Amino acid sequence: MDVAIVGVGLHPFGRFGDTTAIEMGAVAIRKALADAGVEWKDIEFAFAGSYEVDNPDAVVALMGLTGIPFTDVYNGCATAASALTLAANTIRLGESRLGIAVGMDKHPPGAFGADPRLYACPEWYGDVGQFVTTKFFGMKINKYMHDHGISERTLARAAAKNYRNGSLNENAFRRKPLSEDEILGSPYLNYPLTQYMFCSPDEGAAAVILCPAEDAHKYTSTPIYLRATTVRTRRLGAFEVHHPWLPIEETVGPTVDASRAAYEMAGIGPDDVDVIQLQDTDAGAEIIHLAENGFCADGDQEQLYADGATEIDGPLPVNTDGGLIANGEPVGASGLRQIHEIVLQLRGQAGDRQVPGDPRVGYTQLYGAPGTAGVSILTR
Amino acid sequence: MATVPVAEGVFTFPSDDPQLIGSRCADCGMVTFPAQGSCPRCGSTGMEEHLLARRGSLWAWTTQSFPPPPPYAGPAGKDFVPFGVGYVVLGDEVKVEARLTEHDPEKLAHGMEVELVLVPFRTDDDGNEVVTFAFRPAAPGPHAAHQRGRQ
Repeated sequence: MDVAIVGVGLHPFGRFGDTTAIEMGAVAIRKALADAGVEWKDIEFAFAGSYEVDNPDAVVALMGLTGIPFTDVYNGCATAASALTLAANTIRLGESRLGIAVGMDKHPPGAFGADPRLYACPEWYGDVGQFVTTKFFGMKINKYMHDHGISERTLARAAAKNYRNGSLNENAFRRKPLSEDEILGSPYLNYPLTQYMFCSPDEGAAAVILCPAEDAHKYTSTPIYLRATTVRTRRLGAFEVHHPWLPIEETVGPTVDASRAAYEMAGIGPDDVDVIQLQDTDAGAEIIHLAENGFCADGDQEQLYADGATEIDGPLPVNTDGGLIANGEPVGASGLRQIHEIVLQLRGQAGDRQVPGDPRVGYTQLYGAPGTAGVSILTR
Repeated sequence: MATVPVAEGVFTFPSDDPQLIGSRCADCGMVTFPAQGSCPRCGSTGMEEHLLARRGSLWAWTTQSFPPPPPYAGPAGKDFVPFGVGYVVLGDEVKVEARLTEHDPEKLAHGMEVELVLVPFRTDDDGNEVVTFAFRPAAPGPHAAHQRGRQ
């Protein structure tokens, strides 16, 4: 059964003082309900994702205690992809006809800290200062640049493009454009990645309402169809975060596996995609992910970014809302923010950042620790 | 003040020529670091202790230019000293992630030869010097010295 998205809602991403994650989740839900023209009592089931909130289903206290099945999910940076996948599968089961996936988070400033033992890593790995996600991204892009001839200027071009796109997005955290030279001139955090090439954990919420495709026109004249949602984890030999060692044998990362499965599920190829959302935890991640998701060959990014191919008006528009670099990453909500942007783009409602040429196919990808990826493909 | 390892069973200690302590799967030959009780390739629980080579080549690297957040236990604030981090291919059987003694990007390169050393990185509550493992650029071999001498 085909699944349609008939409503999307977003609480802006950024920092919001005493406003709780649950309150932001309720704002996103109300916006999605209004977008679909339905009420909370019409929703038959829900999935909610959060890193910081133990029980994001507590949002019913603000929405209404209607007794629906409401399941909380957490799956690292792919949390929202997991919530969306579960919601879509629930529709496909055929027993429920209107459901919602919501993500919400409120992270303190600074990088994530955690107990390495919870990631199957030894305690000393944290003690000596190696249990650090940003240094993995530094190593991964540094090696990728060495192997495929990517320059630091290209990293800066990717980051500058996302700040520029964020300046066109009223919901973004960082709305001030930064020049390539400012980005290159900020301090290295983990070589070759500088401070302004990284996203920040922050706060926000997003929600998506789904129904069977055959019901979609009851709610909207512009349904967006969810052609594929996939989640994959790393296989032995993938170069992944939080690994004190790697085997000699090498294989592709979980993004490649999730991407191939999604293209197969959708019957759509990368050449058909008109607008793209990629996980840009850092500028290097966006560059690697462009190839891992099939949009170019390894190394082509050097010319593509120089030519402006990934700009809003280019042939491969990437992170039109500013991506994680401009929006930050409230982990539970980040992937639904990607879906929100693709839905606006495919409806032609993205305003100043609308991709020209009547885009018909959108693509989203999430990636995070300890080696989990999620991909979605959407069409008009 | 005594010198103590960051944890037991990570490297041979004390030793003039310290080696990392890994494990090797008796069924499929997979080598892991640190030692673990089951094989991530074939699922066997027949893992045997296996000492790793002391020299290897740098496969991937970056720098750690800011003090990591907890659970990092080393010097922070103004006492923090940046360090390198990389994966080192050892004996063509495993890649180990480790600190690098060098953190100047100009002095680090993919494929460079490195060797294992123990380095002090903090003082514990009892006043002991805690050492961990790291890799440093290997002393040039006779061939490299000869090349440089001719320039």
